[in-house]
Amino acid sequence: MEPQSFVEIKEEWDIVGARQMGRNIAKEAGFGTVDQARIATAISELARNIYLYAGSGTISYEILEKMGRKGLIITATDSGPGIPDLSLVMEDGYTTSGGLGAGLPGVKRLSDEFDLRSEEGKGTTVQCIKWVR
Amino acid sequence: MRIPILKLNNYLLISIQTEIDDNTAIQFQEDLLNKIHQNGSSGVVIDLTSVEIIDSFIAKVLGDVISMSDLMGAKVVLTGIQPAVALTLIDLGIHLQDVPTAMDLEQGLVKLYQELGE
Ligand SMILES: Nc1ncnc2c1ncn2[C@@H]1O[C@H](COP(=O)(O)OP(=O)(O)O)[C@@H](O)[C@H]1O
Ligand SMILES: [Mg+2]
Repeated sequence: MEPQSFVEIKEEWDIVGARQMGRNIAKEAGFGTVDQARIATAISELARNIYLYAGSGTISYEILEKMGRKGLIITATDSGPGIPDLSLVMEDGYTTSGGLGAGLPGVKRLSDEFDLRSEEGKGTTVQCIKWVR
Repeated sequence: MRIPILKLNNYLLISIQTEIDDNTAIQFQEDLLNKIHQNGSSGVVIDLTSVEIIDSFIAKVLGDVISMSDLMGAKVVLTGIQPAVALTLIDLGIHLQDVPTAMDLEQGLVKLYQELGE
């Protein structure tokens, strides 16, 4: 894999493309099947949020080697409307679209490290890291 | 893309073999409810053996399919959920409670016979 790669999210089918690519990269990096599924699921949630709430954006993948550990950084970026209340959207069940409201809190639990940044009117960036066990 | 729905006597059998995107999921929901209505089906087995990922959207559609089928008088059994999928559902905080499950299609049919007392 290239040190960094990304998928643009513009249409619904890109959600599938992004999670398939994430799974392939995770497999190649040595993640087990359960973690591959966790990574693919997290990407699916982030990509759908981009598609639903921002219209378009990117999912990028980066392999990280730190102190003998290998990890995968997933970054979801968009220039959409942003999120006014960060703690609210991290509550299980909070949704503005009739969804399950399980996406962002779920991604946090699926990841080893999770970071959500957003500015109203500017956009949103979610970054999560999963370490190979 | 459309998920095929097979009819077996009073039952409908679905084995999901493709990567499910959102449109496919919604289409499936509509197709299944129509089939239940047309055939007066009393039971449905949905086999998920080949499904490698269920995110919150697909989980919501599945949950809706199950409760709507129930409303229409058809019992749904889910079969073949992969361990990795079950684990990610827990991480997402999604509990498909009260949904009968079985190992595979065959066991799913057995479960339907039992549940429906037929
Ligand atoms: N990229 C984003 N840009 C703007 N708002 C977002 C974004 N991602 C999530 N949100 C907001 O956070 C809420 C919760 O998201 P999530 O946990 O994925 O649940 P759901 O998508 O089911 O609503 C969304 O309903 C939406 O209001
Ligand atoms: Mg979401």
